Amino acid sequence: MKEAVEIGRNPSAGPDLPDLMARVARGDHEAFAALYDVVAGPVLGVVRGVLRDRAQSEEVAQEVLVEVWRTAARYRPERGSVLNWVLVLTHQRAVDRVRSVEASTAREHKAALLDRTPAFDEVTEQVEARLEREQVRRCLRTLTELQRQSVTLAYYRGLTYREVAELLATPLGTVKTRLRDGLIRLRDCLGVTV
Amino acid sequence: MTAADLHTLTGAYALHALDDDERERFERHAAACADCAREVRELSAAAARLGLAVTVSPDPALKDQVMRRITTVRQEPPRTVSPGELRTVGARRRRPSRWALAAALAAAAALGGTAVWQHERAQDAQNAQEQARRAERRADQVAAVLTAPDARSRTTELPGGASGTVVVSRSRDRAVFVASRMAKPPGGKVYQLWFDEAGTMRSAGLMDPGRGTGAVLMEGPVDGASGMGITVEPAGGSRSPTSAPVALMGLPA
Repeated sequence: MKEAVEIGRNPSAGPDLPDLMARVARGDHEAFAALYDVVAGPVLGVVRGVLRDRAQSEEVAQEVLVEVWRTAARYRPERGSVLNWVLVLTHQRAVDRVRSVEASTAREHKAALLDRTPAFDEVTEQVEARLEREQVRRCLRTLTELQRQSVTLAYYRGLTYREVAELLATPLGTVKTRLRDGLIRLRDCLGVTV
Repeated sequence: MTAADLHTLTGAYALHALDDDERERFERHAAACADCAREVRELSAAAARLGLAVTVSPDPALKDQVMRRITTVRQEPPRTVSPGELRTVGARRRRPSRWALAAALAAAAALGGTAVWQHERAQDAQNAQEQARRAERRADQVAAVLTAPDARSRTTELPGGASGTVVVSRSRDRAVFVASRMAKPPGGKVYQLWFDEAGTMRSAGLMDPGRGTGAVLMEGPVDGASGMGITVEPAGGSRSPTSAPVALMGLPA
């Protein structure tokens, strides 16, 4: 199976993540510590992107990482890479949190959501992460403006496609298809295979 | 929504940008659409790259906290039965029950239980966070029953084209009820679940009146129960059934 979502040019240089996961599932703390080192940065990055509040982000990131430990046995290598599995879980949890918070507090002002360039505003020292960011940024530029806005608002801001449609004053059906063809373009540009 | 419409939701689904109802509908569709499932996997992987691109360097204290926390967290046992292998006994209408199970499993296992619901008594729900934590715990328990090696299920048709599947794990001594398209209870009423112990009904909790499709962990052990029932009760539930059952079914052996 191809590990399309590994960080870096040479995935074989890093730890063997599926093997680590198998050990984590058997209760191996050392394996979890090694897995933590690989996934914690991306996990916190995703959560912080969606939630923005630092304290809350740390809390949710911690919950996600503990959930990875707890549910490691659910990971299925044939369904995708470890990082993919962890980041899907992370995004889901971040989105769950932001939507549950919204029930009590109003969503921030429309203009603020559109104003702030989604993500890419954090500095990281890791070379691999910087390369990854450059590649994603380059591929995002191959999307149409509407595709890019729809995809980044949904992913980095945790908006539903209805919210995206409202925010961009675009018909629902258009946003639906832009999310799909935007991601397809991104998939092809990044060379993602499953 | 047509199948073609549903198919275009792969992108929104991969981005977690659907609301609950649409997600459920899409999952039912994707369970029978190999192309959609494949596309979702690919698009999820592409979305994960967006995540990788915003990697940050966490405070080292976070690692200490997480490493400390996992020493007190019990791990889920490995799954030895895949959802497809769950035995369905006495399923007269195979498709809805299989879909209901697939949807519940997809939600409970793959998505961490966001579609799993259960009635919360107002006084129990101290705040949204505590509620979310509870929901998560229940989702785990639901997943544990559905994926237990000795999980057995039985599906029964319910009035109005609905169906109900009860999944029992004797080793865990717990049961999960999976409802599919149950009609809303009358205003101010709820569905209450019961374990049937030789004709004596023991309450197994209430269902969320707002949702007619989903999985609910039945409260309390299965113990000596040989069947289960559903009744319509006033909001808050009753100590013993006050109306004729909507359904009575035997538990799978």
